[in-house]
Amino acid sequence: MNDSINFSLITSEIFILCAICFIMIVDLFQRDKERNLTYALTQLTLIILFFIEYNHINNESVIAFSGHWIVDKLSTVLKLSIYLITFISILYARPFISHRNMMRGEYYLLTLFAVSGMMIMVSANSFLTVYLGLELLSLSLYTLVALQRDSKLASESAVKFFVMGGLASGFLLYGISLIYGISGSVIIADVAQNYLTNDIDLVSQFGLVFIVIGIAFKFGAVPFHMWLPDIYHGSPSSVTAFIASVPKIAAFGMTMRLLVGAFPLFVQDWTNMILVIALLSIIFGNLVAVSQSNLKRLLAYSAIAHIGYFLLGIVPATDASYSASMYYIIVYAFMTVAGFGIVIFMSVENKEYQEISDLRGLGRYHPWYALMFTVVMASLAGIPPFIGFWPKLEIFRHLISNGMIIEATIAIAFSVIGLFYYLKVIKEMYFEDATQSPEISSSRSLKIAISINCLLLILFGLMPDSIYHYCLDAFGVLA
Amino acid sequence: MIELSDYLLLSAILFAISVAGIIINRKNVITLLMCIELMLLSVNTNFIAFSHFLEDIAGQVFVFFVLTVAAAEAAIGLAIIVVLFRNRATIDVEQLNQLKG
Repeated sequence: MNDSINFSLITSEIFILCAICFIMIVDLFQRDKERNLTYALTQLTLIILFFIEYNHINNESVIAFSGHWIVDKLSTVLKLSIYLITFISILYARPFISHRNMMRGEYYLLTLFAVSGMMIMVSANSFLTVYLGLELLSLSLYTLVALQRDSKLASESAVKFFVMGGLASGFLLYGISLIYGISGSVIIADVAQNYLTNDIDLVSQFGLVFIVIGIAFKFGAVPFHMWLPDIYHGSPSSVTAFIASVPKIAAFGMTMRLLVGAFPLFVQDWTNMILVIALLSIIFGNLVAVSQSNLKRLLAYSAIAHIGYFLLGIVPATDASYSASMYYIIVYAFMTVAGFGIVIFMSVENKEYQEISDLRGLGRYHPWYALMFTVVMASLAGIPPFIGFWPKLEIFRHLISNGMIIEATIAIAFSVIGLFYYLKVIKEMYFEDATQSPEISSSRSLKIAISINCLLLILFGLMPDSIYHYCLDAFGVLA
Repeated sequence: MIELSDYLLLSAILFAISVAGIIINRKNVITLLMCIELMLLSVNTNFIAFSHFLEDIAGQVFVFFVLTVAAAEAAIGLAIIVVLFRNRATIDVEQLNQLKG
């Protein structure tokens, strides 16, 4: 079905833009130092968006606006998870930024702008819309990282993020321009149509390589990972929690649209590249994470490894494996926001405790939070019954059923190595002697938020079907 | 008559120069910014050349969007460099070494 102009398909995008304008004006007239109203409106916007989107969850796939826009189950499910995880990350951010001279309306507004960029990315059906959504997201993120104006680390990581992000967009665009030149269209469906009749030639392959590099850059997969640990380390922790989780979901949407949407017949050409990138990420990420002593850097290297597992899920190139991948990335975003939630939680008014050794004695003095952090780490490591286990299982299952035994063996072996550094964090909390009680955040809302987030990790782990059902549905695998 | 391949060659050379500039440059962050802009311009050259030879307008429209985004990107990049300079009193790339491990 192809409606040319159908504004009902972009209701949520129109709503978020109006909400951003409204919040911007409201924020101007606020005297309140804590920005309670801005905060409340931002969260309210996300909740309303969630319900708007949830009403459309059973709609059929529609392409509109001359082929530039698509609304299908994939975009709806991805958007729902984007709203949910953004909501959690803002919950974490509030007590953190209020102590660090960052409690300004801009923080919330830039987050919302990033969300709208991600919404455009996952609903894009042309190279132009993908690019615009991607830039709206990236430009907001650069600014968010630089928001802590008086921090040397934050400004350094903002510069690095900016340069690497610009480089990635450049690669992606160069690839897109070559593909446009060969196929004569920027609409993804038309590009795919063109390759039905014409074989893939050298220039298209060249373009495809650039697109894959651009995507790998955005994910931070090896060998394009060098920016990622620095950015995660240098950014304010609340911003790290956001940039480490939600944009990955949107990047997954972008990958699906660009690779699967535009090159469905040349799966072999790009899955080989993705396979190498994925295995390198798993090996490198897990090995380097072992030697990290800073919790944020550890999570950054674990992110590289997780991206590897997730990319490995794309490699079999069946609809079932894409949905396993999607399941992985949503669960990963959910776990990683909890992981950086720990870092935010271990910070007091003007000090942050980011070293793993700072967690010493947590098991003795704050047993409840030590238990919660154990859940997060076990979940990231992929220990059943926590949620992190199920998507990994699904990805390995699809690899093996498609005959990629060696790849699956490597991935499983390195996930055992990965277990080491997650358990190291747990060991520090319970089995190292501490001279004094570790300091934790005093904010009550943060305590409640982190507890709920961690309990959800257990709950979803016990009901793995709850999220997976939607992921399968998004790719039409559900029988 | 200038062929399509000449334009593509030009843009490939520009692209290579900009990537090399980002990787090799060890002096100044402003140069990095210029390299990113050059990269986007090489992409624009590609788009316009294709658009002209395919007689399809979409490529030129794409260029308008890329130019707009590049302008926004330059503004944000310069703002970030100002923040960096305030904190560090230098914009030397080699001094950007506090984050490592």
